[in-house]
Amino acid sequence: MAKVGYAPSPMSKPLWLLAELTYRCPLQCPYCSNPLEIAQYKDELTTEQWISVLQQARRMGAAQLGFSGGEPLVRPDLEILIAEARRLGYYSNLITSGVGMDEARVAAFKEAGLDHIQISFQASDEDLNNYLGGSASFEHKYAMARVVKKYEYPMVLNIVIHRQNIDQIEDIIKMTIDLKADYVELASTQYYGWSKLNAAGLLPTREQLARAERIAHEYQDRMKGQMKILYVVPDYYENRPKACMNGWGSVFLTIAPDGSALPCHAARQLPGFTFPNVKTQSIESIWNDSDAFNRFRGDDWMQEPCRSCPEKGKDFGGCRCQAFMLTGDATQADPVCDKSPHHASLVTEVARMTAVSLAEVRAQPLVFRNLKNSRALSAKPTA
Amino acid sequence: MSEPTITQDTVARIAPMFRLQWEEAQDCHVLLYPEGMVKLSASAGEILKRIDGKTSLGALIAALKVQFPGVPLDQDVTHFVETAYGQGWLRSVPNE
Repeated sequence: MAKVGYAPSPMSKPLWLLAELTYRCPLQCPYCSNPLEIAQYKDELTTEQWISVLQQARRMGAAQLGFSGGEPLVRPDLEILIAEARRLGYYSNLITSGVGMDEARVAAFKEAGLDHIQISFQASDEDLNNYLGGSASFEHKYAMARVVKKYEYPMVLNIVIHRQNIDQIEDIIKMTIDLKADYVELASTQYYGWSKLNAAGLLPTREQLARAERIAHEYQDRMKGQMKILYVVPDYYENRPKACMNGWGSVFLTIAPDGSALPCHAARQLPGFTFPNVKTQSIESIWNDSDAFNRFRGDDWMQEPCRSCPEKGKDFGGCRCQAFMLTGDATQADPVCDKSPHHASLVTEVARMTAVSLAEVRAQPLVFRNLKNSRALSAKPTA
Repeated sequence: MSEPTITQDTVARIAPMFRLQWEEAQDCHVLLYPEGMVKLSASAGEILKRIDGKTSLGALIAALKVQFPGVPLDQDVTHFVETAYGQGWLRSVPNE
């Protein structure tokens, strides 16, 4: 029975379903958002299991669907999943490197009802692009972006920005204009998984950032009404944390290739969790009842300074994974916040990483995201 | 894109970037676009669902007046359509 003055808040809905169809990928980007442990997850859901995931999440109110990976194009059943998504009424987004794409497939996706394609570029410079992706993919990506526009898809181009390509930001933007992108995401690397491992080689300096931001804003004005440019600053240079995932278990549902359900695609690294799996549990019970999805809902889990912070309803204490990575405790405030007792040491660490010259940074090899490196990292004893 | 002048003869369609649909779970019409969704008010939904690339703004207002008799809606509808153009939700269909 409802108590006087108590209004139970309606359970949120998983509006955004991210279907990570596979961890397989022809590229090896050293800032990949997949977990370091990709080599341990060979098992992938079948077509029928994915269809059930799409149906269940749609029944719960999911409207946006991202087909992601790894590289989703390696799944030969992608056309089937797109058709099912369309039938169910999703707005479906294909998040791809473009590698493995050809015109026939772009046409087949259109026929199946795909709504939007996002292609990633690693740089506007062919050599740097191919170096960062670990594959000679640049020309093909360029050609595929043209094909995507030929088939009249809305096209988003995503370029992950970091120390080694940030000075080329103007060329990058010009490339996206040439390709007639509708929307451009200049997304600074955030430091999780592979990019955390490579942070010293990727984190831009404050000066680089200020210059890039100025240029991005210039083009935002210039391209107004034709192309939207989103420019994302690295968290490490902020004073307030992002409202990560719009709150834990609030709108985002990630299904990993093996069927694990995650409140965000980086959550796998958090200790003390057993993430539920769609092979053994319904999405409704995962979303509503599982410990994993309820752990950081609301604010009971918060410590100070978050607990009494007037901004806790805005940023939810920031990112749980970032808190864990930087403090060892996922219930701490995200140290990006300058109210966090760990903020000062993050600032010191950022200063240390960016004190070396670009030449020195380039001399340090990056750890590329591939199965060999994943296995080697897993073999290392953990501290 | 230059802001077109909205007249009673304007014929609009939903811009290719967007898809309008009724969302049962939200109990409203929504506009879906790459990785995002705009929830629409009941009146915005009523207007947008009539925007089909064939009906002129004048005819659309006339149809709404039949459905909602006595509601003075000329200015509100025109104002909303202007806003929708400003948001990039609509494109004009060239007159034949």
